[in-house]
Amino acid sequence: MQTESLKPGAHGEDTAQLPQVHEPRNPGTELDLDLIHGLQANTSAIERRAATLPGRRSVKKEYQAAWLLKAITLIDLTTLSGDDTEGRVRRLCAKARQPVRPDILQALGMGPIHTGAVCVYHDMVETAVQALKGTDIPVAAVSTGFPAGLSPFPLRIAEIGESVKAGAKEIDIVITRRHVLQGNWQALYDEMRAMREACGEAHVKAILATGELGTLRNVARASHVCMMAGADFIKTSTGKESVNATLPVSLVMIRAIREYHARTGYRVGYKPAGGISKAKDALTYLALIKDELGDRWLQPDLFRFGASSLLGDIERQLEHYVTGAYSAAYRHPMA
Amino acid sequence: MTVKEIFETMDYGPAPESAAEALAWLVDAGDSFGHFIDGAFTAPGAETFESRNPANGNVLALLSQGSAQDVDAAVKAARRAQPKWAALPGHARARYLYALARLVQKHSRLFAVLETLDNGKPIRESRDIDIPLVARHFYYHAGMAQLMEAELPGREPLGVCGQIIPWNFPLLMLAWKIAPALAMGNTVVLKPAEYTSLTALLFAQICQEAGLPKGVVNIVTGDGRTGEAIVSHPDIDKIAFTGSTEVGRRIREATAGSGKALTLELGGKSPYIVFDDADLDSAVEGLVDAIWFNQGQVCCAGSRLLVQEGIAERFYEKLKARMDGLRVGDPLDKCIDVGAIVDPVQLQTITRLVDDNAGEGEIHRAAGPLPENGCFYPPTLITGLHPASPLMQEEIFGPVLASTTFRTPAEAVALANNTRYGLAASVWTENVNLALDIAPKLVAGVVWVNGTNMFDAAAGFGGVRESGYGREGGWEGLSAYTKPAGKAKALNPIAPVPAPKKLEAEGLDRTAKFYIGGKQARPDGGYAQAVWSPKGKLLGHVGIANRKDVRNAVEAAHAAGGWARTTGHLRAQILYYIGENLSARAEEFAARIDAMTGGKQGAKEVEAAISRLFTYAAWADKYDGAAHGVPIRGVALAMKEPVGVIGALCPDEAPLLGLVSLMAPAIAMGNRVVLAASQPYPLAATDFYQVLETSDVPAGVVNILTGPHGDTAPALAAHMDVDAVWAFSPGLSAMVEKASTGNLKRTWACNDKATDWFAPEAEGRRFLEAATEIKNIWVPYGE
Repeated sequence: MQTESLKPGAHGEDTAQLPQVHEPRNPGTELDLDLIHGLQANTSAIERRAATLPGRRSVKKEYQAAWLLKAITLIDLTTLSGDDTEGRVRRLCAKARQPVRPDILQALGMGPIHTGAVCVYHDMVETAVQALKGTDIPVAAVSTGFPAGLSPFPLRIAEIGESVKAGAKEIDIVITRRHVLQGNWQALYDEMRAMREACGEAHVKAILATGELGTLRNVARASHVCMMAGADFIKTSTGKESVNATLPVSLVMIRAIREYHARTGYRVGYKPAGGISKAKDALTYLALIKDELGDRWLQPDLFRFGASSLLGDIERQLEHYVTGAYSAAYRHPMA
Repeated sequence: MTVKEIFETMDYGPAPESAAEALAWLVDAGDSFGHFIDGAFTAPGAETFESRNPANGNVLALLSQGSAQDVDAAVKAARRAQPKWAALPGHARARYLYALARLVQKHSRLFAVLETLDNGKPIRESRDIDIPLVARHFYYHAGMAQLMEAELPGREPLGVCGQIIPWNFPLLMLAWKIAPALAMGNTVVLKPAEYTSLTALLFAQICQEAGLPKGVVNIVTGDGRTGEAIVSHPDIDKIAFTGSTEVGRRIREATAGSGKALTLELGGKSPYIVFDDADLDSAVEGLVDAIWFNQGQVCCAGSRLLVQEGIAERFYEKLKARMDGLRVGDPLDKCIDVGAIVDPVQLQTITRLVDDNAGEGEIHRAAGPLPENGCFYPPTLITGLHPASPLMQEEIFGPVLASTTFRTPAEAVALANNTRYGLAASVWTENVNLALDIAPKLVAGVVWVNGTNMFDAAAGFGGVRESGYGREGGWEGLSAYTKPAGKAKALNPIAPVPAPKKLEAEGLDRTAKFYIGGKQARPDGGYAQAVWSPKGKLLGHVGIANRKDVRNAVEAAHAAGGWARTTGHLRAQILYYIGENLSARAEEFAARIDAMTGGKQGAKEVEAAISRLFTYAAWADKYDGAAHGVPIRGVALAMKEPVGVIGALCPDEAPLLGLVSLMAPAIAMGNRVVLAASQPYPLAATDFYQVLETSDVPAGVVNILTGPHGDTAPALAAHMDVDAVWAFSPGLSAMVEKASTGNLKRTWACNDKATDWFAPEAEGRRFLEAATEIKNIWVPYGE
């Protein structure tokens, strides 16, 4: 997701990727506590908006196919398991390079596409970087004592440095939930600042672990603090909390992004992670982003799905669109 | 566009719902319809009209213009069916209503598509909102039929109900009318709006499928002339109307004195108040549901936006950005937000209202494209308006939001209430103290806190002021379709005792005055009349009140507005105290009554009056509201509020008990009253103000006038600042009901039927209900 990687890549004119726009990185701002304290999030109203959204927007036929292809290019294809091995990660990377069967892409009139990134633990960064050599696909590393984020602070900072050194272009950090729950916004801001610093040129995604923040108001506050402290992306979850990405949480976070953009002119990206496994869900998320943030956010430099099983469902839907017959999982190469 | 191109643009593209099944249903019906009378469809009539799809102008079907004969046939069928229908056990009626609910669900998509074709509303709304609410309404009232015998003892159906519904929620309004009527044992003759009759005709078909006994539901199509035939039909017991205030007024006038029960659900210009601590993004989204729901053709649409000054600019910016994302288009497209205006006539009305007043504010129209053909109007925001602007006062009934700003909560309330309407209101704030302070102060039948346009069968819906009267839904909605059991006797006028041939003065002259604003007042006109005993003795003189005395009394009553905010406990104490002080003078009052009437019931009447005061002292702190179980995480609080200022024409008979029977429930609930005393026997009332004076009743809460009601009633009934008139003296019901149309005040007219004031039926819930308005305050919650 570094700006270099956003230029038209090796695929040249044949690529289906959009010509990428250079988006200036969010440098952050001072911590504005007045703004943080004035934030409101009315849970019932947000839930109502979220509940009616799937009924308000519908994308059909060739539009649906195109949207699903777009969704694939926005996926951070992820493996974050204790039993990950080099072999497993290489297989994932191969899938990231070629997420859809070539005959399906051909039938759709599309050139090659790839996922937005591959997301792994630090130990697997090197393997992934090697496996993705020659592509635009960045490697993202979860970091800072993921998923709880409770290892010693210097170690967390050092972990970022190690991953960047190993070739990660994106670092998914976890915030200290305690700071949010205790209303210690200065501490959260300082932590985020330090992590952003440690990332250097790598882009930083701030994982809020929204399932552990208690209230949507806290989600709004944490979103703003992290953006003020220079986050390039804000991300819902580690995927390890009991509640991960939801539409209401997403609505709160993208409204925060919109507000931040209106205030500062900087666009911050959004990554819902965990629990998005169906093609239909992906379409709903894209509609939400399109309606609330605008089309500019429907590009990989500003939006990602953190997902592992979503791709499989999308592949089946695409084949259904091409053949008219419902598809089966085994017809598509596994990740 | 190719997949590759769409991949670049990420456009939505068309997502049409198929109209095939709905169109096939129309074809099966021969594309033309008669009426549904006595369980069968009639042949299409001699006079027909076209029903069109407003999105493209296509003719959907030919409908029949219902004639007076058609209406009469329908009423006869309903009348024949009614006794048997009412005699069914509640459980049997419940089974039919349950079947209707199930059938609506089974045919839900056909209903939804047909509704959208006919009305132009987005398929999302008919599919996700209208039709599910219809089914919900029948389920809910199946339950009411089941419970009626146990829970509503002493109530019986009204009989045959004439129901006239509008075009904005065609099937939903049908459900709101038919479900409670049938549940309570009534039969109906319903006229759908001429623009949108098709789902009513499909409903007629499912009545057949449900095996509903013939004549229970009758549907006659047609325009206003058919409506007039229903309104004026002598054998209809009740008219229920939803529609414009203008037509509501005409119906009130036409039914005045007929004895027909009447409920009206009329227009609105509902305020949408945004305080500076609101979740602004959610409040913006709420406006999408408030004013761009159903193209703004919603009687309770949040059409008047009031924003706190400090956040107004920011809020407008957010709102404009949201508006620009609204998609206007083919109502059958599953990806649009705003569909078609119901008819070219309505489109013209909206266009004219906005264009004629466009100079007054700053107009923002949604940026999205409009379809080239069909009846479409862009979502529109007009800022910088003031209460003096017609666009802030007139109901536009389209997707047009008028806005102004306010400084303080008090000013927000003042602006919100600066309207002839009183249907609904929305309040947006994250401060629970503020929300729960403002909600009761808003003059409206429904208040939504941090929400808008929430409806449910369990919560009553209806307005105050010129938005009409009566509630639909909830327990409170059932009184619109029931009446106390039993047959009332005719009320015979009582002539004042004429002056005897030979005059006999007695003792020191005593002057009975009016009682206005806590003071004794002389009549403005300076005229008095003598009160004679049947034995020929001069008992005293009373003033003859004129319209200026009425004006003064109403003003005094308004000045006592603080009474509405006192506690029930305090009002109870004062009512007990009135009873105590009356008791202390019981013999004197008894003697006075006997002297005036020449009877021997005086002592009994005084005791009954004291008991009645105790009854309402008891009720003052016990007539509780309810927390309705609506299907949201939250509550709908049904709050009982005083009606306001009530003018009461006290019965001629029972001069003390009759007056107390009206005064006590009214003031127990926090109303202020202007009482016109018994005409032939006024001295009990004038003696009574001395009791009031010694009983801590605040000035202006009770005001008493004497003289012929024929002089005072017209001024009271026409007074724009009187909220209700109760007419219990003979011969005035028609006049009172007719004159009430000015501000559409509530009326309770005896229609020359007698009340036994000594009977238990002359007190209790019936009176408390008349003395209160139910406001449903929706409070969704959750952090």
